[in-house]
Amino acid sequence: MHIDCVGILGTKKTDKTGRPKHQGCEMDDSTLSLVLFSGTDDKLNAAAVLTAGAAAMGRKVNIFLQYWALAAFRADNVLKDHGAAPEAGAEGVEHLQRHGGQHWSEIFRQAKEIGEVGIHACSLSMEMFGLKVEDLDPLVDDQFGVASFFVEVDGPVTFI
Amino acid sequence: MATVNIDRSIDARGMPCPGPLMSLIGAIREGEIGQVIEVLSSDEGSKTDIPAWINKAGHEMLEVVQDDGFIRFIVKKAR
Repeated sequence: MHIDCVGILGTKKTDKTGRPKHQGCEMDDSTLSLVLFSGTDDKLNAAAVLTAGAAAMGRKVNIFLQYWALAAFRADNVLKDHGAAPEAGAEGVEHLQRHGGQHWSEIFRQAKEIGEVGIHACSLSMEMFGLKVEDLDPLVDDQFGVASFFVEVDGPVTFI
Repeated sequence: MATVNIDRSIDARGMPCPGPLMSLIGAIREGEIGQVIEVLSSDEGSKTDIPAWINKAGHEMLEVVQDDGFIRFIVKKAR
């Protein structure tokens, strides 16, 4: 039976000859590997949405938290206002506030409930901020060196 | 209008992507095989996301009804 392959964004995935490509569909079990660097709420929200979508579609998700993204996952910091990327401008921030929706931490939590999502803190950044795993939100599973992160990588790495 | 008996209805109208899908997944996980779950969504992403997930996860889409400003997805938990 042919199962029509529709990606998360609703585009049909076909190769150059128009045949369905299995990447991102039921045949593909590759891991989504994300490096989160930015700590603004818009970028963390975008990363959380990608994570939820991948987890929903049965993909394993492997996340590495560095620098400002790691700082945003501090237990006492998660729910604070982390602002938006500079390109948002005043008008962009208004759109973000008006749109509302769930907080990124809640979307990550749901993704972890439905799928295999590993969230690892970069040990270099942990050291820089003087943090221990206990200082982080329980969403974070553990602390990894960079090579350990790559043990779980089996394809491209997306840097946000 | 729906022609099947609905065991559980989720009103996810107003929730942005991926809220309605995540709510549906939660309800399917909690439900029993054979149960019929309805999700109301005004999120455009749901139009493609919910059918894509149903297909992937192996459940059954019974009806997709376009209503006034939202869509009613009626899904049967198949496994």
